Amino acid sequence: MAGQEQHQPQSRDTEIDEDVPAAPPAPADAQASAATQGVDDLLDEIDGVLESNAEEFVRAFVQKGGQ
Amino acid sequence: MTAAVPGRQADAAGGLPVGGAMRVMGSETEYGIHAPSAPGANATMMSARVIQAYAQVTRQRAAGGAETRWDYTDEEPLHDARGWTLERASADPEQLTDQPPVLDAEAIALAYGRQELEADGGDEAGTLLMNMVLGNGARLYVDHAHPEYSSPEVTNPRAAVTWDAAGDLVALAAVRRLAADPELPPINLYKNNTDNKSVSYGSHENYLMPRSVPFGDIVRGLTPFFVTRQIICGAGRVGLGQDSARPGYQISQRADFFETEVGLETTIRRPIINTRDEPHATADKYRRLHVIIGDANLSQASNFLKFGTTAMVLSLIEAGLAPRIEIHEPVAALQAVSHDTSLTATLRLGDGRRVTALDLQWIYFEAASKHAQDTGVADAVDGDGHTHEVLERWSATLSELGGDRAAAATSVEWLAKLSLLEGYRQRDGLAWDNARLGLVDLQWADIRPEKGLYYRLLARDRMQRIVDDAAIGRAVTEPPSDTRAYFRGRCVSRFGADLAGASWDSVIFDVPGRGRLQRVPTREPLRGTEALTGPLFARHREAGPFLAELLGLSPGS
Repeated sequence: MAGQEQHQPQSRDTEIDEDVPAAPPAPADAQASAATQGVDDLLDEIDGVLESNAEEFVRAFVQKGGQ
Repeated sequence: MTAAVPGRQADAAGGLPVGGAMRVMGSETEYGIHAPSAPGANATMMSARVIQAYAQVTRQRAAGGAETRWDYTDEEPLHDARGWTLERASADPEQLTDQPPVLDAEAIALAYGRQELEADGGDEAGTLLMNMVLGNGARLYVDHAHPEYSSPEVTNPRAAVTWDAAGDLVALAAVRRLAADPELPPINLYKNNTDNKSVSYGSHENYLMPRSVPFGDIVRGLTPFFVTRQIICGAGRVGLGQDSARPGYQISQRADFFETEVGLETTIRRPIINTRDEPHATADKYRRLHVIIGDANLSQASNFLKFGTTAMVLSLIEAGLAPRIEIHEPVAALQAVSHDTSLTATLRLGDGRRVTALDLQWIYFEAASKHAQDTGVADAVDGDGHTHEVLERWSATLSELGGDRAAAATSVEWLAKLSLLEGYRQRDGLAWDNARLGLVDLQWADIRPEKGLYYRLLARDRMQRIVDDAAIGRAVTEPPSDTRAYFRGRCVSRFGADLAGASWDSVIFDVPGRGRLQRVPTREPLRGTEALTGPLFARHREAGPFLAELLGLSPGS
């Protein structure tokens, strides 16, 4: 955010600065492939974290009413 | 004998810069609670165990106890902002939140057997601790059948995110404590709002407003905003309908549970605008707007925008500058927006125009931006230090939602969750009614960093951070410095053993050698700050002399 502090708030017609740091430019194919790889890695990690019996676990999550 | 907390008189706007995103605000989170190894366990009892576990954590931190009991004197859950009070006899029992939900020994023994009580450990009066005030100024208690963390009062959206996230660490500490106890089943807590089986529980926001603003203006100005703000701060949900009978994905956890436009209830016939009128402050000057329509957010960026944009729309309403828009059938529109992840559906306005949710958010953004610039609070250098960032993030997020959804998925919670779910759908060919997707939705909100899927994305920098982890960690034990929560939190941390109770607008001392309880009212939310009371705390380590100086400061006490 530090880089943004000097800008006035933008309206919809002006260009928007991204908050995420700009990645170095890369060919579109390589970017897409890296993104796919990132998703695959993420899903692999989450596979190892998810509770084992999905159907049973979700069914047993029963709450009483709240506000 | 009472004494007011010293400080300057706040004006009707609360003494903060007006026109932008600063205002006294706070959050409430009811956590979903589940013990997988004890599926039939009583939810209220489990919630009490969570509170009890955190009390053990704070007792370890500070000898003498860094928590105190809640004082119910000023709770007024049946006061309606439209100007009347609901008859007690006609209220739903769940609306009577001014009575301590004490589980006494007899009731527990009757319901669960004597052994369970002994395992939980009652205090000397035979009651379980159901309600604590924490050293950071927050309240941690059993609300119905859920543990709830109510954040301390803060003055800006960044602090709202910080102390709300601190609540998740409080809950985590309790979960860890319980997991380490071989006698008790482990308890999981989820920062979500539904079990997808027709039950919802809330995540509420509170905003201080001048009482002089007509309630009708609030209803008219906020309703179109609340129908559409979910596109920037919805948490996402697998399943359509209250009981998820129809497969699919929607933007909001809460939308399907709202049934009316305006009302007092929070647990039945839920209204888009809630009229509960408990100011927890000087009642003729302030109202506390109680917002029940939001989703609990783990995404810091969504949470920041939820508080920041709502505070700015309230500033518009106070200035009489809210967009004059009326949505045809707002409850149906709320659900239509939630069910349209393409963001292309149009809503019918009172004048016959049709606009998208994004269009409506841009209309509010433009109005809020203009007002904030006219009042000077939006300036990057000379502004109020918060509004500029809210506007930047608000416009950037709306732009991304309109054109670059992959970028928006690093900040907008429902999109982040959706992109994870779409990953699973593509890799494994799963339909929306597959239980694995339901599990991803549920486990997204597990507050344990090693299990919670939001936290897995955060660890990979796939979610933006607004506040760094160290600041959130400090907020677990430190109160905000710029509201009365500072006085409350410091009293709890410093003089916990000498307190009989505390609430939003009081701290009650029980000092040995003094004949009776000393109730210190804290009815001005912007007094009791570090600037005003820090020196008093610095001068005294003992409650007696502290109280003597405090009382001596108030003429006539």
